[in-house]
Amino acid sequence: MFSYRVKGLTQLGLTALLLAPTWTNAEPWQISGYADLEWRYFDESPLDNRQQDSFFATGTEIELYKEFNQGRDNLTITPFARVGQHDSERNHIDFREANWLHIAEDWEVRAGLGKVFWGVTESQHLVDIINQTDTLEGADGEDKLGQPMINLTLSRDWGDVSVFWLPYFRERTFAGPQGRLRSHPKIDNNYARYQSGAEEMHQDFALRWSHTLGDLDVAVSHFHGTSREPTLIATTDNSGNAIFAPLYEQIDQTGLELSLVQGDWLWKLESIHRSGQGDSYSAVVGGFEYTLVGIADSAMDLGFLMEYHYDDRKRTATTPLQDDVFLGLRLTLNDAESTEFLAGVIMDNGSSGMISFMEASTRVGDNIKVSLEARRYHNLPSYDPLSALEQDDHILLNVAWYF
Amino acid sequence: MLRTVSALLLAILASTSLPILAQTVEERGLEIVKEVDRRDLGWDNQESDLTMQLRNQHGDSSTRIIRTKTLEVTGDGDKSLTIFDQPRDLKGTAFLTFSHAVTPDDQWLFLPALKRVKRISSKNKSGPFMGSEFAYEDMSSFEVDKYSYTYLKDETLDGMDCFVVESDPIDKYSGYTRLVSWFDKAEYRVQKIDYYDRKNSLLKTLRFKDYQLYLGKYWRSHKMDMVNHQNGKSTTLESSNIRFRTGLNDTDFNKNSLKRAK
Repeated sequence: MFSYRVKGLTQLGLTALLLAPTWTNAEPWQISGYADLEWRYFDESPLDNRQQDSFFATGTEIELYKEFNQGRDNLTITPFARVGQHDSERNHIDFREANWLHIAEDWEVRAGLGKVFWGVTESQHLVDIINQTDTLEGADGEDKLGQPMINLTLSRDWGDVSVFWLPYFRERTFAGPQGRLRSHPKIDNNYARYQSGAEEMHQDFALRWSHTLGDLDVAVSHFHGTSREPTLIATTDNSGNAIFAPLYEQIDQTGLELSLVQGDWLWKLESIHRSGQGDSYSAVVGGFEYTLVGIADSAMDLGFLMEYHYDDRKRTATTPLQDDVFLGLRLTLNDAESTEFLAGVIMDNGSSGMISFMEASTRVGDNIKVSLEARRYHNLPSYDPLSALEQDDHILLNVAWYF
Repeated sequence: MLRTVSALLLAILASTSLPILAQTVEERGLEIVKEVDRRDLGWDNQESDLTMQLRNQHGDSSTRIIRTKTLEVTGDGDKSLTIFDQPRDLKGTAFLTFSHAVTPDDQWLFLPALKRVKRISSKNKSGPFMGSEFAYEDMSSFEVDKYSYTYLKDETLDGMDCFVVESDPIDKYSGYTRLVSWFDKAEYRVQKIDYYDRKNSLLKTLRFKDYQLYLGKYWRSHKMDMVNHQNGKSTTLESSNIRFRTGLNDTDFNKNSLKRAK
């Protein structure tokens, strides 16, 4: 028995030695990332008097990257941490990525914690579904938690096919009682429920085909598994306080992405059909981006954005964008400091509800980026899922040092 | 009899400068540029590291560090992948470009923070590249069909005998009315370009320095100085670590390879 085990180990060691020469051909680790300081200030009194007005926070994200075998294999490890004032839920650590990628001539495979983005539109990411949203990090839903995956991508003349096995589910992050930008009552992750008995161990799968046909980029995807977006169930916790419990249901979602470039115009469309979460429904977002290059004999570009959102659940939709129009203006200075401004409004048709935002950023010196963001929530009707944010107008100042 | 006369005529024509005189300045210009293009065929693929120094009139400077991979495409514009290393907040941002001679290039941008690949409009490439004095169109792959040509004169530049050729952009969205280029007669390398803006005033001058020969055939400038005469700013673009035929092929230039560009 013992000798057998030794023999097994020896065999393993020999195999490792045989493989070793291919792995010793390694490049040094490349390290990059940022550390930031941010201040969020809410100028209106909160709906819940436990919520605070002023929040300081600091965070960092570091990417460690190493190539082996002339770049045919690589490792990416991206730890992230945030520590903030008042709301302890916001203190969190995550691996945005921790994966191995193997690249062959016409296929590649990625294993580990990864991050995948699907989509073409700006004001909403309907089709994007692989990663869970980290709502503690931003109001735009673009911050994501690392998703455990094995992802095989095949490149063919007729397009790329990507297959995902997602063996573990991650719950959405939510602000705590003192935090701002949260529901009323608060969402309590301790009471998270699953439709599947396997809970977060439910094995999810996804498939996506994408292709470029001249000026048209097209993608069709399907996801089968645990919804990243929970249904919120009004209930009470053990102490009898009202809470929302997140319920993660089993869904099937088919997605379509189209983007067409025609001169200075960029046309975009995303659409989904989802079943398993309430009644089956469809939603669509589509619009354009039009850019004027070199306005008024300067180096500046001015971009106009418009997108229309529709969800056939209408007022019962669990997203705020069920019949809304987004209008945006993007001013790019094209200066050495990469200064940019983006202003936009999302207007609800059928009510006077409106969200407006302004974002500005510039570089100071070689490595510091300063950004300022303001968001306003106006007259959101009570059926709107964002009506809880009515008192949460805020500004956000972020100073990040990049290395 | 007829054949003898023809042969005689040909002999006379060949021995005089008549054929050159019969050539228009447009034909002469095109001939020179075609020779420039012909001498740079067959390199297949290339990688290089670029450093840009941006300077303004106050003497402030900032640095851009970029890596490029280019695949030569016969019969069409080249394919290229451009990856930013510096400024650090843009690290990992990358462009994939399929350039074309007459129609707009196909271009995609990769945003590393979101892992997002975005199709972008490339019709108007007159804007500045990364805040520098190089416009996107100055950085794009050279194709003979992008311009119409006029031979202007012969001139000596820094002791080199040169052809001076005017190039008029075919693309009406170009930021220039014309480019005036100096090609040395010895090796047909571009040595200098004067750029004239849409109002036909001199906007910029680009000088090519430190030419080195690769694979016994291909000349590459290691230092390009662009001076903007109108705003007093300048940009120096230095190339290093130029490598040819590194094994790149079509599969290194698609949206999938753009997504994992580091």
